[in-house]
Amino acid sequence: MTAQLHIVSGKGGTGKTTVAAALALALAHDGRRVLLVEVEGRGGISQVFDVAPFGDEETHVARGLGGGEVRGLAIDPKAALLEYLQMFYKLGRAGGLLEKFGAIDFATTIAPGMRDVLVIGKVYEVVRRDEHHARRGFQQYDAVVLDAPPTGRIGKFLAVNRELSGLAKVGPIKKQADSIMRMLTSGRSRVHLVAVAEEMPVQETIDATAELRGEGLPMGSIIVNQERGALLGKRSRALLQSPDFDAEPLSADLADGGLRVGPTLVDGLVESGRRLDERLSLEERERARLSSLDLPIVRLPALPDGMDAGGLRQLAADLHRQGMQ
Amino acid sequence: MTTPSLNIDTLIDDPTIRTVICCGSGGVGKTTTAAAVAIRAAEAGRSVVVLTIDPARRLAQALGLEHLDNDPAPVHTIDTSAGGSLDAMMLDMKRTFDEVVMSHSTPEKAAAIMANPFYEAVSSSFAGTQEYMAMERLGQLQQETVGTDRRWDLIVVDTPPSRSAMDFLDAPKKLGSFLDGRFIRLMTAPAKVGGRAYLKVVSVGMSSVTGVMAKILGAQMLKDAQTFIAALDTMFGGFRERAEVTYAALSDASTAFLVVASPERDALREASFFVDRLASEGMPLAGLVVNRLQPITIPSLSAARAIETAQAIRDLPGRAEGWKPADTAALLQVHAEAADQAARHRAAVARFTAAHEDIPQVHVPTSGSDVNDVDQLREIGAALSGD
Repeated sequence: MTAQLHIVSGKGGTGKTTVAAALALALAHDGRRVLLVEVEGRGGISQVFDVAPFGDEETHVARGLGGGEVRGLAIDPKAALLEYLQMFYKLGRAGGLLEKFGAIDFATTIAPGMRDVLVIGKVYEVVRRDEHHARRGFQQYDAVVLDAPPTGRIGKFLAVNRELSGLAKVGPIKKQADSIMRMLTSGRSRVHLVAVAEEMPVQETIDATAELRGEGLPMGSIIVNQERGALLGKRSRALLQSPDFDAEPLSADLADGGLRVGPTLVDGLVESGRRLDERLSLEERERARLSSLDLPIVRLPALPDGMDAGGLRQLAADLHRQGMQ
Repeated sequence: MTTPSLNIDTLIDDPTIRTVICCGSGGVGKTTTAAAVAIRAAEAGRSVVVLTIDPARRLAQALGLEHLDNDPAPVHTIDTSAGGSLDAMMLDMKRTFDEVVMSHSTPEKAAAIMANPFYEAVSSSFAGTQEYMAMERLGQLQQETVGTDRRWDLIVVDTPPSRSAMDFLDAPKKLGSFLDGRFIRLMTAPAKVGGRAYLKVVSVGMSSVTGVMAKILGAQMLKDAQTFIAALDTMFGGFRERAEVTYAALSDASTAFLVVASPERDALREASFFVDRLASEGMPLAGLVVNRLQPITIPSLSAARAIETAQAIRDLPGRAEGWKPADTAALLQVHAEAADQAARHRAAVARFTAAHEDIPQVHVPTSGSDVNDVDQLREIGAALSGD
């Protein structure tokens, strides 16, 4: 059996890398092996786990939630190209020749889009490993989680092989590009989009979903990240927003609680309450827009203490509990 | 040593500053910052154009434009009583690329380039073209004149949502190294010389590397690629010259870079890289903008004290109706979370400051909601000037 591929994208700033890391932990249950792949980070994922930056060897990162293992890999386009040439064309000296003539540099840094082709090519190599590869010493995985480019570029990133197939028309490149598109559009792959319940990220999520569906790429879940806790109930929110809000009982409670009551304290608290109310109303409105996408919605809390290893495990447990396993 | 504060008005009021570039990682509010700076400058009397890359629909609407396209359109929702003006546009990669091709080649050649299968892919689909084209479009805007005067005296640029903020600066250099490299000679040699003749002039290494590429790419694809690069070759020179002129203009004193970040670890780390990079290239950095900073609303009430008090208040006898002690406790809890968040933000900024204490900073408090109109952009502009 080849691996399930989970592609995680989202607008910049929504926490997509953190969610990808938490998803890898959530999927690594019951002895399952999961590979977490970073394609364009500066070691962002490894910081979340507090380990050394991932390299182009698949190395142990963490134990999964239920005893599985998460390994990490950072794909370097240049290494991926040389490996690909060696694997499929058995290029020894000729590979060096390409390097010498700047063809490798051209392909990995200058030619627009080639990076994407190479990165996805490497993901394909990892995902399609089966028992046959395992016997030859390659690590086989139950799932591969890809921390993919942000929503603004995800459609083009994933569909780059369709473009390439059209350019190549015939030959080995076309064959490889077509196989990769088949993998990405098969039932074994899905794209999850991370959003926060704000206007721009939600709009990008809606636009990206339309684009990805248009490319025939199967959608997974929408993950609404960094949700504020429901600290304020509907009733207190309504009272705070009413034009004749009476701060007297609030002041009395604060005095009884032992605080020195003054306008800074009372007005400050009322102001933060009102801001939170506005924020929650906005989140409700934006969540309603997301539900129109007709995809499973998974919700993750804003972690009060910021992101650390413990917080990551909490998010992983939340994902697992909501069916991402 | 205290960190100097950044005041955007010193840039706006300085007529020698002609270009302001907002850069930073994705999701930190670059586009909003660019729009806020542009509005403030226009309302202070400058004639401004803002080049956005991928703005939210509502930002275009906030500027009073149904949509933004590759041609600057006047924004009518601002106050022009100081004699300024504002135009806004959004980068259209494909159109910019088309214009480059048309302005650097004969009509026949342009038609041949545009008909090549590689052109469609390179000009619109592939990531990475955006940085080249943003640089190209910036160069065009700088050259535009009305009569003998420049059409705008200030250009505010929002940079593409790249993997890294550095990509914007690297694009022209990568192009230059490619054009000077052996690879382009390899790719253009057969098409230039053609037939058997070229076999005599190229080295054995060259012909065998072409053979290897033909094996990998397929003969047809290699031929398409060679034709494409050969066709572009003639215009590359002009294109590179322009990119170099634009790049050089970025390092002179008429440009100011604003590095934008949110008060999070990752965004500030990216900002750190970028600040160091600008310094090592001798590029003019104006300072760091930290967006969406959680304000400290009640300095006298710590998070710990708020939580402690909330617990005590929960045990107070309730009221029959209206505001109850549980509501007061909830508000204290809300305050505690905000205070913690404020502390985390300040700690993240402090880490940046520790390594860059001489870099001016300005902090924009979080507004809690999205930016929807010119008034909100004005408020951000005011915050950027320390008001």
